[in-house]
Amino acid sequence: MTVGLFIPCYIDQFYPQVGIASLELLEKLGCRVVFPTKQTCCGQPMANSGFDHLSEGCNKNFVNNFEGIEYIVCPSGSCTLHIKEHLHYKEKEQEAERIRNNVYELSEFLVDVLQVKNVQAKFPYKVGFHSSCHGQRGLHLSSMSETMQPAFSKPEFLLNMVDGIEISHTERVDECCGFGGTFSVFEEAVSARMGKDRVAAHQKNNVSYITGVDMSCLMHLEGILKRQRSDIKVMHFAEILNHG
Amino acid sequence: MKEAIINHAQSAKQFNTDEARVNWHDETLWMVRSKRDKAAKSVEEWETLRSLASSVKEHTLSNLNEYLIEFEKQANKNGVKVYWAADAKEHNEIVLKIINEEKISKVVKSKSMLTEECHLNKYLEQNGIEVVDTDLGERIVQFRKEIPSHIVLPAIHLKKSDVSETFNQYLGTEKNNTDPQYLTSAARVHLREKFLSSEVAITGVNFAIAETGAVVVCTNEGNADMGVHAARVHIASMGIEKIIPKANHLGIFLRLLARSATGQPITTYSSHYHRAREGASMHIVIVDNGRSRQLANENFRNSLKCIRCGACFNTCPVYRRSSGHSYHNAIAGPIGSVLAPNMDKQKNYDLPFASTLCGSCTNVCPVKINLHEQLWKWRQLLTEEGYVSVGKKMMMKIMAFVLSYPLLYQIAGKSARFALTYFPFMLKIKKINPWYVNREMPQAPKQSFTSWYIQHKK
Amino acid sequence: MNSRQKILDNIEKNKPAFVSLPDTKNLFATGNENVVKKFSEVLESISSTVKKVNGWQDIPDEISGLKNNGNYVLNAVEEINNDREIIINKTKDELEKSDYVFIKGEIAVAENGAVWVTEKNAANRLLPFICRHLCLIIDSKNIVHNMHDAYEKIKIDETGFGVFISGPSKTADIEQSLVIGAHGALDLTVYIIQ
Repeated sequence: MTVGLFIPCYIDQFYPQVGIASLELLEKLGCRVVFPTKQTCCGQPMANSGFDHLSEGCNKNFVNNFEGIEYIVCPSGSCTLHIKEHLHYKEKEQEAERIRNNVYELSEFLVDVLQVKNVQAKFPYKVGFHSSCHGQRGLHLSSMSETMQPAFSKPEFLLNMVDGIEISHTERVDECCGFGGTFSVFEEAVSARMGKDRVAAHQKNNVSYITGVDMSCLMHLEGILKRQRSDIKVMHFAEILNHG
Repeated sequence: MKEAIINHAQSAKQFNTDEARVNWHDETLWMVRSKRDKAAKSVEEWETLRSLASSVKEHTLSNLNEYLIEFEKQANKNGVKVYWAADAKEHNEIVLKIINEEKISKVVKSKSMLTEECHLNKYLEQNGIEVVDTDLGERIVQFRKEIPSHIVLPAIHLKKSDVSETFNQYLGTEKNNTDPQYLTSAARVHLREKFLSSEVAITGVNFAIAETGAVVVCTNEGNADMGVHAARVHIASMGIEKIIPKANHLGIFLRLLARSATGQPITTYSSHYHRAREGASMHIVIVDNGRSRQLANENFRNSLKCIRCGACFNTCPVYRRSSGHSYHNAIAGPIGSVLAPNMDKQKNYDLPFASTLCGSCTNVCPVKINLHEQLWKWRQLLTEEGYVSVGKKMMMKIMAFVLSYPLLYQIAGKSARFALTYFPFMLKIKKINPWYVNREMPQAPKQSFTSWYIQHKK
Repeated sequence: MNSRQKILDNIEKNKPAFVSLPDTKNLFATGNENVVKKFSEVLESISSTVKKVNGWQDIPDEISGLKNNGNYVLNAVEEINNDREIIINKTKDELEKSDYVFIKGEIAVAENGAVWVTEKNAANRLLPFICRHLCLIIDSKNIVHNMHDAYEKIKIDETGFGVFISGPSKTADIEQSLVIGAHGALDLTVYIIQ
């Protein structure tokens, strides 16, 4: 099975270890992984800021990079959702459509496509799970507190396979962290306040780490944790699943 | 394009300078959201009800003119006078004319977001009419010359000490007595006198039944009924979207409305007004005020399904931490941010950006309005039409340019310029980098993932 | 063109393609739920008092008791000796003096404690709202499961005004602190006739 690894730009630039963990994990689980090296960004930062009309260049580049690759897998719910909902490229619209239908966030790929039953990983820490909105409410990676449906969570299903891990949930289990892309700077006051509230909720549970499916949310929380000189670290769930 | 006159981000920043107030506002509204969750859970068919409510409303919007005509016909049969107002101005003029014809100078009004939208109070007061808002929360904000900060909980931005101060000033209650029971009793006494002395009662409308020509009004306080039944004249103002086809559809909507709004199984009073009592008269003003324009746009038309429960306010993490007045619009919160740009783009183009697009609003909406998707759509439309600051536009253009070309992206990533081109806000200077005010910057690693991959895997 | 025509024309022009109306007949039938029990529980959870009586004949005793304690009572219940003639002719200022008011409810709803009261039941529309203490009487035969059942049973426009009343008037507009007794009745007692 060939998997095209789609690495969001901010992971590429700031959190290469998440890309490495995703790649190693997929290889361990038997996939042939390719990484088209000319990828840049999915275009979401522009689109969510109202500039979807400027994302043409990104779209073109994205389609050209992932053309013909059977599965496209990304360690970010938010970027995956953006591609699923908004990838269009007039000259290769059919291929764009195929990509939209074949792009997966990492946990949904592992659970739904690979149907992973166990991972060889050990992580003997108390970990707070942060539910990222786009993955949860957009891609339905887990049940949502607002809707009346049976509880499930694809990323936690996987994390529970890790030896020694203790997963904890906060009050307001799926409240947004306030990152919101450029919201984090244009609405700085509210964004930071939301982040601080999330951090405080995890601190209450005495966790050592906060994890989740989106490094962007975690980057925001990390910024707050570091400013507060907290000992709590953030770690992408792929890193935990790949932790020996 | 000029900045919006009052901008949500600035007002929210101001609101956030009082941390204790933000704590309280956030926690109190979260409590209301939790009550809603509990109430929804108690109804096994909750999700089916939401789907049904949404379908009934979608059907109604697709046949709206016919239903309005049917409604008018039935109301006329019931002896009710029906008026049509194309905009806020015409609505206000109609209401004033009815009041003047009755030679009345005192009016009581129960909660109506439509009359807030039309600024009816100000207009009537300018024309010598005394208007008294009778919903407790609305009376409080009216005394304070403010607007409601929430469509269901109008005074949720205030603490009981604020109310105590206001009532001390206007109703002569004891100084510093902040007991809600005491303050509510004082308002009851004050408003009883108003109910008994007013001959015109204005109400909003929660639902209008095409089949029978009735208007339905829901309150907990009983103020709509006290006003209407004590007065000679009842004026009900309704937006064109309040129509539902049949009486039995109320079964669906009344099961959803109060549970979504406050977590109650139903409001204390769900009043169905068909005909005026003997010796009294009933008037219904049907108002468009931009709604038929919203109906034209396929991206936004389904915002007209809204039943004004306020659930999207209570769940919105941004609303809870910025308060209703930051939205500088009669209707705040996610639904307000979807409705307001249709009314005035220049004034309201900041509002669709007052959201993280987390999607919680869409999930709690009892009529399944895709609120966060509409916010996204408004962002595109407003930006394309030029409602955006020069600085933001420049930043996005540079970003889009760099990210369109792999080579540029890689060069930018390797160089110090990365910070400036990719995230122009990467400098560690709080004044020009909002990120850095409350957060540390992510640390740039030695190597990007791409260069690691090229080195190790290729 | 007048506004009526302008609005209707705009809607005609702007409305979406026709979407059919979903079937809303016989929604959510509720099996063997004990409606009297559920109705009573819900009422008690919303600050109301439930009293079970054996028949209409028990109501006059309740009224006499209240009167003997010095209360001004108005009774609109047709099934028993009543004050309907007086009530109909009272001014609002006179009605405002009423302490206790007795009104028959047509239908009651178990899921939310609501009682359907029409203008006919109340004799005067203002009565259920203006009194201090409201007493509604409902025959247990007329308690239904949910709002769908209720709307199937009532003829909504039989009279000019009808209202579902669920509990006493209340507000939480001051700091979300629940205060029972806003502008309508300060409390509610529901008599269920077994």
